[in-house]
Amino acid sequence: MTFDQFLQYVFSGVTTGSIYALTALGFTLIYNATNVINFAQGEFVMLGGLTAVSLHEAGAPLALAFVGAVAIVATVGVVFQLLAIRPLHSAGILAQIIVTVGASLALRTGAMLIWGREALPLPPFTGDEPIKVSEATILPQTLWVLGLTLVIVVTLQLFYRRTLTGKAVRACSVNQGAARLMGISYSKVVLLSFGMSAAISAAGGVMITPVSFMVYSSGALIGLKGFAAAIFGGLGNPAGAVFGGLALGILETLAIGALPMSGASGYKDAVAFLILLIVLFVKPQGLFGGRSVEKA
Amino acid sequence: MAALVFLRRHLAFLAFSVVILSAPLFTGNIYYLSILAFMATRLMIALGLNLLMGQAGQISLGHAAFVGIGAYGSAIMTTRWNMDPWLAMLFSAVFAAAVAGLIGVPTLKLKGHYLAMATLGFGEIVHILLVQFKWLTNGTDGIGGIPSLAIGGIDFGDPQMFHWLVWGVVLLMLRISLNLVDSRVGRSLRALHRAEVAAMSLGVNTSFRKVQVLMVSAVFASIAGSFFVHYVQYVSPVSFTLTFSVILVTTVVIGGLGNVWGAVWGSVLMVLLPEYLKRYNQDYTLLVFGVMLIVIMIFLPGGLVSFKTLVAKTRERLGGARTASAAGPGPARGS
Repeated sequence: MTFDQFLQYVFSGVTTGSIYALTALGFTLIYNATNVINFAQGEFVMLGGLTAVSLHEAGAPLALAFVGAVAIVATVGVVFQLLAIRPLHSAGILAQIIVTVGASLALRTGAMLIWGREALPLPPFTGDEPIKVSEATILPQTLWVLGLTLVIVVTLQLFYRRTLTGKAVRACSVNQGAARLMGISYSKVVLLSFGMSAAISAAGGVMITPVSFMVYSSGALIGLKGFAAAIFGGLGNPAGAVFGGLALGILETLAIGALPMSGASGYKDAVAFLILLIVLFVKPQGLFGGRSVEKA
Repeated sequence: MAALVFLRRHLAFLAFSVVILSAPLFTGNIYYLSILAFMATRLMIALGLNLLMGQAGQISLGHAAFVGIGAYGSAIMTTRWNMDPWLAMLFSAVFAAAVAGLIGVPTLKLKGHYLAMATLGFGEIVHILLVQFKWLTNGTDGIGGIPSLAIGGIDFGDPQMFHWLVWGVVLLMLRISLNLVDSRVGRSLRALHRAEVAAMSLGVNTSFRKVQVLMVSAVFASIAGSFFVHYVQYVSPVSFTLTFSVILVTTVVIGGLGNVWGAVWGSVLMVLLPEYLKRYNQDYTLLVFGVMLIVIMIFLPGGLVSFKTLVAKTRERLGGARTASAAGPGPARGS
């Protein structure tokens, strides 16, 4: 592999990796607030992309379609929490996880009935003239993906560290009981976390649609990989989630480039799950240590 | 007297056995028999998964992969290596158990739902390998020409004979499950599901027990896969996806988590419902499953078998038959 090829793989890995990062961040927000692993997270990504396609087709400019799609999916996340997760608050984590599995099935099939089985495109945010870097090329959309991901991550950090609401959310994830004694409304924190989680994942979906199109079934795989990324970086650790996502995206593309055999691309999806299994077996707290992993 | 007690304790099991085993006497219709055969294999998987989810409180999102191990194990060993089908079934089941142990030992030591994540990753990898290992699995084309099962002179390629064989095995598994729930193992499992620390302090090796159940459920799933491919004589990777794993979870949840008979009713419903929906619009099937999963979890967490309890509770709440509350129909126990 020449250096230029390497660079090319990294560019493409970083693009998909950003989406994994945002999905992983979505998992993290919900996990930290509720301990629930939301198996419908990938569907938020898919819904974001497809909603933006519809809004754009209806005549909305791209920026408006982006914001609109994020807002709509955030609403879906909030409604989902109110209708399906909240009633099971006292039923235990297993019941809540099962419900998210059901929701992912329902949302995916619902999306198929609405948008059909075809992969739908969205125009790139600004032009599609590739930019040359050394001998490798980079699409303007890649820069958008990277830039917006950075903006989202930084904004989220500022929200968590600098605002009272953000601090309340963090307090709940550290010690729910103590936070409630301080007068923090736990149910509002959970609702906010679901809304933000859905919004962030949906934003990822809108950004990636111009690069790789979106189809009703895309969410499943993106969700699983975002999830692998979250575990990789340490479940519950937002910075770990972002790193895990980017690292997973790059590892995936590099593995395909490095493997000499033909048809290696068929194994591309296996990379994420192999990493997932290895991390779970060897270092279940992830690279940067998530919230504590207890031995039973 | 002793006979009477025996009859009372095992009435449900005996009645079910009589009904299901006499079915071929009333119908020789190949279509009906094939649905029943399909239901039998589904029930084998559901019984195992029900033990894992209901008794050990752990969820597997990759159970389709264990079914796939049995299905492909039998298909490959019989068509490529000319192995005896029964031996192939045995080897596949042992392999499935070994893999389950390999996944279970590290993840079930951890608190929380790490098994869900590990089985999910494992399921996806198995699916990818089934598609990619063309030299072994024939890729997406699948493997055909799988021989039907036979013992001595009896050919189980005949739908009626197969019915008795496969349901005989199901009844055996049902009996094993019922006994397991009522045994020391079952009690310690329920204990660890409800109060893990208390169970540990009473000397239950909780993670070992969980691994055991996972292995049993993997064996049930693998055997189901083997029977399935010997019946349809063909196998392809499309059957062993995450969606199928989720459908399996739905089967258990809808019937009734933790109740052995729940697996029975869940399998009946989840096999018949798609057959029914198929007449209208197949696309809605998964939507219906997803919504059912949510609705059941919220309104009927004990599944279909707890319906009577729900009716009684609702009546109680409405202020009606107050006397019924004293007798209070507890959660139906399987026996």
